[in-house]
Amino acid sequence: MSHCEANALTGDTYTRRFDTGPAGDTLIVNMGPQHPSTHGVLRVIVELDGEYILRAEPVLGYVHRMHEKMGEVKSFTQYLPNMGRVDYLHALAWNWAYVGAVEKLGGVEVPERAQYLRVISTELNRISSHLVWWGAYLLDLGAFTPIMYAFDDREIILDLLQIITGSRLTYCYFRFGGVVADVTPAFVSGLTEFLARFKSRLPMYTDLVTNNVILRKRCEEIGVIDVDMARRYGATGPVLRGSGVAYDTRRAEPYGIYDRFDYEIPTFPEGDAMARYMVRMREMEESVKIIEQALAQMPEGEYLSAKAPKPAWKPGVGEAYFAVEGARGKIGAYVVSDGAKNPYRVKLRAPSYCNLSLFAELAQGVILADAVSIMGSLDLVIPEIDR
Amino acid sequence: MISQTFKEAVSAVWSMVVGLKVTGRNFLQPQITVHYPRQVVTNLDTYRGHIELVAKDEDPFKAKCILCGQCENNCPSGCITIESVTRETPAPPAPEPAPGEEAKPAPKPKKVKELTQFMLDYNLCSLCGLCVQHCPVDSLRFSTDVYLAGFSRGEFEFELLEMLQKRGKK
Repeated sequence: MSHCEANALTGDTYTRRFDTGPAGDTLIVNMGPQHPSTHGVLRVIVELDGEYILRAEPVLGYVHRMHEKMGEVKSFTQYLPNMGRVDYLHALAWNWAYVGAVEKLGGVEVPERAQYLRVISTELNRISSHLVWWGAYLLDLGAFTPIMYAFDDREIILDLLQIITGSRLTYCYFRFGGVVADVTPAFVSGLTEFLARFKSRLPMYTDLVTNNVILRKRCEEIGVIDVDMARRYGATGPVLRGSGVAYDTRRAEPYGIYDRFDYEIPTFPEGDAMARYMVRMREMEESVKIIEQALAQMPEGEYLSAKAPKPAWKPGVGEAYFAVEGARGKIGAYVVSDGAKNPYRVKLRAPSYCNLSLFAELAQGVILADAVSIMGSLDLVIPEIDR
Repeated sequence: MISQTFKEAVSAVWSMVVGLKVTGRNFLQPQITVHYPRQVVTNLDTYRGHIELVAKDEDPFKAKCILCGQCENNCPSGCITIESVTRETPAPPAPEPAPGEEAKPAPKPKKVKELTQFMLDYNLCSLCGLCVQHCPVDSLRFSTDVYLAGFSRGEFEFELLEMLQKRGKK
């Protein structure tokens, strides 16, 4: 009986039973923790028969920083900078998840202008996150040049976000009851310029990479996830939408002001790496659409509510869950308060964690090179998985 | 069957020609890389680096700080340490009572708290900006200094008051 039959979910053979060694003439190889395709410190134990993978098992925890525990020893306000560090690529979505949960718990009103600023900055951040994924994924597949094009565009986004947030990667921009700084005229003109430029860059990306035959051979029909499997592991984000399910938290449970914009939820039914690739490429277009609409609709007003809580504020007894759509999927923050200065418990739901757990089953029976392609197509951010 | 394979091969080769066209076009574009240290980036005025103290308008050697301790208490990483002394200013001489009036009680000596040291351990700072946001007298602001490099941790333990006074001398 294989371990697969014993348990519908795979991926814990070696960590559960240390005595399990290679069977027959198979070979156990450690991929990572410092493997170029694991982007961070993810270790995957693979059992190889020749070049085929019999089992692949991710081992987590190398960058565990106790973010959830830190929530219990810091005050509600003091926990804000942690959110920028959970996921370094889409930090603002995490900002929003936590701030949203606490605002729900304490009944804090967010001014209209701040809502628009949140949407604009989060969507910009989503584009930059997808650009990094795009560059890094192609780097995994052996194409070096695309990441240079991606970083060319991303650099402009980082410069723009620096104007409003002050930092380039680990943003701490959202506050309970608004955001910390208003946009400047330089930001608005820079953003308009960028959006026009980026729209002309996307067809270039298609020409350069998407239609390239080598990429298609590495992605098409590789790592096919059907809807049932995606649901079984709790996959969200582009991984789920790449399997044809039009589930997006922005549409399914609209938060903030996402119900005011006109945008599509791109889905591709194939479920392979190429479908996930296409979903992300289309999502960048949709983000551009959302930013354009938000910029046009943004009203004047205060960016941080005058009634915004003071740093020593306590939201009162209760619990709240708030979910947002990050670049990798559904980000959830669950905050419990017993009325004290610090949260009683903060639970963070990281989408990459669920998306990674698909890998063990997907990688069974494929060539090692395809496993790299599959892992890249899941868009993993290891610090988010370990938290 | 053969024509199908041939078609596929042609479209595959063509996809690479299209890609090469993009590369060729970019090859002729001007370079966008900034060659540090011969060149430097120009957008540093929006960068929010480590915090620094803001001087009083009338005295460039004294900080606006009123020692409320908001920054120290709110810092998530505990990287701010404030030292102060309480100085007593001598009481002004009691005014001579006018004839026919009772003598007023002598004015008490005034106690003034004075900032002597504002330590920032930049090794721990996560640049969240909570201290700057919550300073009631706007005595803190972000510097735009990105060119920080050192050989030891100690080099990043800044004494902000000293830095303020150095700036004042300039």
